[in-house]
Amino acid sequence: MTLELSNDRCSVAPYLSVPNEGPPTLIGTRCGVCDEVLLGERVACGNCGGRKSLEAVTLSVKGKLYAFSVVYRSFPGVETPFVSAIVDLEGGGTLKGTLRNVEPDPHSLKQGMPVDVVFAAIDQKDNKGRPCTGYFFEPADQDQWG
Amino acid sequence: MTNVVIVGTDMIKFGRFPDRSIEALGAEAALMALDDCGLSINDMDAMYCGNLMYAPHMIGQRIMKEIGQTGIPVMNVTNACATGAAAIREAWIGIKAGVYDTVLCVGVEKMPQGLLDPGGEDDGIQREGILGSGLMPCVFAEAGMEHSLKYGTSFEQFAGISVKNHHHSTMNPKAMYQIETPLEMVMEAEMIAYPNTKLMCSVNVDGSAAAVLMSEDKARDMGLLNRAVRIKASALTSDPYSQRNHALSDWNSVTRLCARQAYEQAGCKPEDIDLIELHDCFATAEMLHYENLGLCEDGQAGRLVDEGETTLGGRIPVNVSGGLLSKGHPIGATGIANVVEIITHLRDEAAERQVKDARLGLTHVVGAGAACAIHILERIE
Repeated sequence: MTLELSNDRCSVAPYLSVPNEGPPTLIGTRCGVCDEVLLGERVACGNCGGRKSLEAVTLSVKGKLYAFSVVYRSFPGVETPFVSAIVDLEGGGTLKGTLRNVEPDPHSLKQGMPVDVVFAAIDQKDNKGRPCTGYFFEPADQDQWG
Repeated sequence: MTNVVIVGTDMIKFGRFPDRSIEALGAEAALMALDDCGLSINDMDAMYCGNLMYAPHMIGQRIMKEIGQTGIPVMNVTNACATGAAAIREAWIGIKAGVYDTVLCVGVEKMPQGLLDPGGEDDGIQREGILGSGLMPCVFAEAGMEHSLKYGTSFEQFAGISVKNHHHSTMNPKAMYQIETPLEMVMEAEMIAYPNTKLMCSVNVDGSAAAVLMSEDKARDMGLLNRAVRIKASALTSDPYSQRNHALSDWNSVTRLCARQAYEQAGCKPEDIDLIELHDCFATAEMLHYENLGLCEDGQAGRLVDEGETTLGGRIPVNVSGGLLSKGHPIGATGIANVVEIITHLRDEAAERQVKDARLGLTHVVGAGAACAIHILERIE
């Protein structure tokens, strides 16, 4: 459950583990003292400062939309509009990312809407020429269960 | 410990000065503040310079080369958008500690235009649009949407804050803009990041502001108390842990912690404050800080806008200067310019925009990262 970084690919975020083999995972740390779940690997708990009982955990890829903005103006070359979203993950941890496969309409997006975290290649290469793995949010496909 | 007072203060009119150096802008405000209290650079024991964009370049020393190289300690202070206020606080600490009697604070900035790059990883990957948006209009929009989703705060209410601050700036000759912006104009302006339209984003401008701080005893000895104001509180906080802060910038906890400390230091309550200059970098931000500073109960900020309570003439006028939205936001100068505005009112010198019988004023800034600085200033009777 530790952060693995591939030599062949780069990761879009320090809490996104991109191993050489197997699927990417979201890495978190649970503090055994205060039970807080933090993003990424930690040397101490941001909440209580505790340094013992830190446990590496894999974060859920299911969550709920907490807050968002629809972005219309960004840096040149960045396609707009897009939904910048804050998602609370099941079991702890909160992520920021882009919510896709939705209408970028602030009035149709609802707090609490179930979303999935989807891992995907990003159409960019880093300074070392490596392709990059990232993640997006998408509305949860509830039909697949029903 | 001695009380600390501000004896001299001033700012230049904010604007864009591509042909002037940053040290020239800083020197102008420094000399204005010295002239305001009839002192010279030779009277200063130390100098603190607030600047963000050129932080590694010894801007304080460069200003001293313009106004007099007396060899005093110069410290260059940087703390994101709380930079200018942090310089004031460092000076306050130096005087409180008894190390200095008289300190010059200068805040100065030459700003790039357009969207500011928040920095981050230097690996060649553009994360903007992939990890949502890290640009400030969106970061503050998300914080505003958290409020909106929780309390039903409307786009129109957020926009009303811009209408108010732009209206206030028509009475401030030192503001970048003096233009009325009716509600429809604000709401129909280019949408940057919902709900912040272009007219709900602060203006990137160049500017400088300065203040001369002194121990109250020395100011009394020098006969400078009649136009001085007392610093009743100087509080600075970093962001305490909150669960979503890694993803959703939390401007609330850091401000609430700072406000609690400032009110306690000053021995006053929010309802004792006569006017406030707070960090309206975006219209959504001002809404949050009404509650963070205790001007109303949680969830009531929108009502304050609707009922004009924070407009000049209302119960608690906020950003009578025009705020960052209209006066402009030259980052290193902003925190000191807030102090200049409050002092102008406490001296009863704010002319058309004067808050009547102003006795206690509060300044507030937040810096992304995060920092919050609050000063409470009191008229000396």
